[in-house]
Amino acid sequence: MKRCLLMLLCCLPAAAQQRRSSFEDMARETQALQRDDATNPAMLWVQEGEALWSGAAGAAGFSCASCHSAAETSMPGVAARYPAWDDARGAPIDLAGRIAQCRAERQGAPPLDRESPGLLALSAYVGLQSRGLPIAPPDDPRLAPAVAEGAALYAERRGQLDLSCAQCHDDNAGRRLGSSTIPQAHPTGYPLYRLEWQGLGSLQRRLRGCMTGVRAEPFRYGAPEYIAIEAFLMRRAAGMAMETPAVRP
Amino acid sequence: MARVLINIPREIHAGETITIRTLIQHGMESGYRPGADGNVVPRDILRRFTARFDDEPVFAAEFSPAIAANPFLSFTMVVAASGTLTLRWEGDNGFDQTETRRIAVA
Amino acid sequence: MNTPRRLLLLAAPTLLLPPATARASPEAMAAALREFTGGAAVTPGRVAMDISPLVENGNTVPLSVIVDSPMSEADHVSAIAIFNERNPQPHVITAHYSPRSGQALLATHIRLATSQRLLAVAALSDGTFWSDSAQVIVTLAACLEG
Repeated sequence: MKRCLLMLLCCLPAAAQQRRSSFEDMARETQALQRDDATNPAMLWVQEGEALWSGAAGAAGFSCASCHSAAETSMPGVAARYPAWDDARGAPIDLAGRIAQCRAERQGAPPLDRESPGLLALSAYVGLQSRGLPIAPPDDPRLAPAVAEGAALYAERRGQLDLSCAQCHDDNAGRRLGSSTIPQAHPTGYPLYRLEWQGLGSLQRRLRGCMTGVRAEPFRYGAPEYIAIEAFLMRRAAGMAMETPAVRP
Repeated sequence: MARVLINIPREIHAGETITIRTLIQHGMESGYRPGADGNVVPRDILRRFTARFDDEPVFAAEFSPAIAANPFLSFTMVVAASGTLTLRWEGDNGFDQTETRRIAVA
Repeated sequence: MNTPRRLLLLAAPTLLLPPATARASPEAMAAALREFTGGAAVTPGRVAMDISPLVENGNTVPLSVIVDSPMSEADHVSAIAIFNERNPQPHVITAHYSPRSGQALLATHIRLATSQRLLAVAALSDGTFWSDSAQVIVTLAACLEG
């Protein structure tokens, strides 16, 4: 497995030249939905996130803005650097996890569940501040084991269909599956508005969808496996532009 | 209150025809979709949208369940002078929301 | 090891979908149209409907309609209605206009249950009705959830 990862890392520069966001493979009409904030339904969640950002919550009476001031000045580039290392827990943490942690532990507010409207809204609002910026995973050796675990999970066959992520998204990316182009699976736009969902959803929701698709038991929301896969995928997508909040079919 | 986005051109001249674009957060449950328990989820949609400028109707629409979730609408209107735009969405289960925006001509 | 064939299995859920539950039909659409026009003749023309002929997800399909009209007191569009043949209901939306609208323009996002024909009909202040139609193919995504 270690050799696998090594080979993969060696291949990265070559692959990097051909990396493409699945935005490129969408219908022109779906691209237009994402390009224009007045038609992108995800902006409704962003608006809610903006209100949550500046609204006091919890026993401490703090808002996000009380500590972080305006998101437009404090948050650019932040979403592009997650998952990051969480000193308190000695484990990697994703952006949604960090927001939920801040909410519960610093603001003393009721916890925001994974995939709850509030957590999606705040993630989208913080993510928007990095739109157009390159994905820049932290150069933190403590994250290396998670990236390696993510790479292993990505390459591991699972489910009744006995398929790995890599078999679709590396070996067959760009080919057609049904009427869809198989994407390279770069997490550039999460949380995103998926037409299939008719709502906003996280990368973890997308990963769960893939897992049930190959008839595998998905990990629970917030599981370290998802954080590891995200850490690997963000490393793999390093340098690509953030699109949050994206639109996908 | 449902989240609403209303897009109005920044600079408007008297007599100009402007385009208003709106999004509202609503699931538009069609009444034809089976839920997790296999039973059809009851219909819950927006039924009617009205736009008035200083109480004069400029645009209205009636929706069927075939309008997508988080309904988007775009329409135009003539702005003769500054005034107030009033947008109202009405729907199933007593949904009724009104938003107003001041429109000032340059 | 035949990966492509295995991948195709991913598309299997689409084959398990119940047969189209569509209840609209060309006849139901004609009936809904009669309700809108009161039985008056509908002439193709003056209406331009813009919708992608190939739709990758039927949940949110951008659609716009514009009618060629001076939008004056004497000559304006009073309403635009959209109908379909294969959704559960033949009616999609009816929009109402006045000279204050400035333009007879409608843009919205609609749902399409399956490939079908759409009809946009404009009612003019002189009592005439004009139309445009479009044939739309809705493709099925391979990886449906749930």
